[in-house]
Amino acid sequence: MASYKYVGDRGILVEFSAEISREVNEKVRGLDYTLQKEELQGVEEIIPTYRSLLIFFDPLSTDRKEIMSEVKSRAESIENMTFPDPRIVEIPVKYGGEYGPDLEFVASYNNLKEDEVIDIHTGGEYRVYMLGFTPGFPYLGGMSEKIATPRLDSPREKIARGSVGIAGDQTGIYPLSSPGGWRLIGRTPLDLFSADREEPFLLQVGDILHFVSITEDRYREIRERVNSENFTVKIM
Amino acid sequence: MNAAKILKPGPLTTVQDSGRRGYQRFGMPEAGAMDKFSFRTANLLVGNCAGTAVLEFTLEGPDLIVQKDSIIAITGGDFSPCLNSCQIPMWQSIYVSAGSRLEIGSVNRGLRGYIAFKGGIDVEEKMGSRSTYLKGEMGGFKGRKLQKGDLLKLGKKAYRDEYIEARLPGSYIPKYTGHADTGVILGPQEDHFTESGVETFLRGEYTVTSQADRMGYRLEGPKILHRDEDSSDIISDGIPPGAVQVPGHEKPIIMMADRQTTGGYPKIATVISVDLPHIAQLKPGETLSFNEVSLKRAQKLLEKREQILDEIREKKFKLKDDRFFRINVRDENFFVRVEEVEE
Repeated sequence: MASYKYVGDRGILVEFSAEISREVNEKVRGLDYTLQKEELQGVEEIIPTYRSLLIFFDPLSTDRKEIMSEVKSRAESIENMTFPDPRIVEIPVKYGGEYGPDLEFVASYNNLKEDEVIDIHTGGEYRVYMLGFTPGFPYLGGMSEKIATPRLDSPREKIARGSVGIAGDQTGIYPLSSPGGWRLIGRTPLDLFSADREEPFLLQVGDILHFVSITEDRYREIRERVNSENFTVKIM
Repeated sequence: MNAAKILKPGPLTTVQDSGRRGYQRFGMPEAGAMDKFSFRTANLLVGNCAGTAVLEFTLEGPDLIVQKDSIIAITGGDFSPCLNSCQIPMWQSIYVSAGSRLEIGSVNRGLRGYIAFKGGIDVEEKMGSRSTYLKGEMGGFKGRKLQKGDLLKLGKKAYRDEYIEARLPGSYIPKYTGHADTGVILGPQEDHFTESGVETFLRGEYTVTSQADRMGYRLEGPKILHRDEDSSDIISDGIPPGAVQVPGHEKPIIMMADRQTTGGYPKIATVISVDLPHIAQLKPGETLSFNEVSLKRAQKLLEKREQILDEIREKKFKLKDDRFFRINVRDENFFVRVEEVEE
């Protein structure tokens, strides 16, 4: 059962169960999809997260109780609704070397060879549970514990954008260059965020990511094509 | 030139509009004007559409040359703006002729001010908004605060006959006393705090620390106790404007315009919409207290506020008693205000 709360005078929080799981996040994606498609009058914006949605409404053009009951009725029937399957997005990554300076550490910390870390990392299926922290940053679930590695003791001052890292049992991608303490194992030539693109953000909640290992030459080639807006990301 | 040239930028002057909408789901902060009442009033006074880009300045306003005829309005904290060395009033529309020098000066009461130009500030729209998002270095003027020498393109030229004198009556001008009585709706995670923790929050007085910016205000004051050790974290969820989050250090942080969109700290309460502008006007060292209000009351206050803005939009507040003249003496422009006074 979901719970419903007003948040301030212009928000509604819908919470499904208090756990992080694909099943719960799938409900979030479903309700988000339904609300976006129906464009309920007065709904301004929705922030879908691990197990909840924060729905902003305009209290001057709509009645909060009406919006609440509209949202409730859709959330209650979410199990019976059908919506499109999650997208599968292929993320090319150049692992190791200057692109992933901590690959060696992640390998030795887990008593593995570098290639084994790459195999495990590319072998997984990663769900985008939510986006937040910085523009376009995906919170991913599904990394194997075999390559879990603690964060750096002191964060790096600057991490290149596109860097793929590990922090504890999580993996993530930095959409912008920023400071950070994740162990960097590689870098993708894709832009997760580009303000000037028609669709500024590559990823959305519910996407399934597959990492694919590429060579340095391929990295450069894709990077050039991304820069000249001549690269199509594989999305199924 | 259809521009305003910045002679002195002030410590933090940025281009802002009503904020970047629709991208919070991707982790993009909303940004936009901190004090939405002053922002909207400024636009209404010059006859702009809602959400037109303005300048927001902090603590000290800019000095600039307006290079074309324009209509402006200055709102927000209590500044002492001068046009060609003559003091001009805030909270009303003013006709400015090409070549005029506008000096905003520093703030007395309050913290932030706004200048709206008729036609707005013409910077490129990024993702549907002209607001500057400082941390992301995007939007507004080159994604940054203004610097000396910047040339800001202004919207269309204003004509003298377009000038309809409008002002906000004194009784509606917000008073900044250095203390904000702030209405809040409890939750969404008030159950992460002990009963006495919630009581402390509602009874205590909190002081704005120096860690207060467009992202959020860290407050100093009585500690707000979490229910237990696990209660200082939640599964990350969305953060609305005005969310009061309380991390493990048990001191509240109010989340403002440039806040991150999601976070893992429990939120004890949310500031009601009509009281957010007042918080945006608090300086470090000033105080606030939180009062629980009902949703019904918050809605009433919001509707009342909207009515004032509607009245400005309908130009119900024309200047009647005061007259303004621009006179030219030896090629110098002077701005003269003639006030009708009772004997």
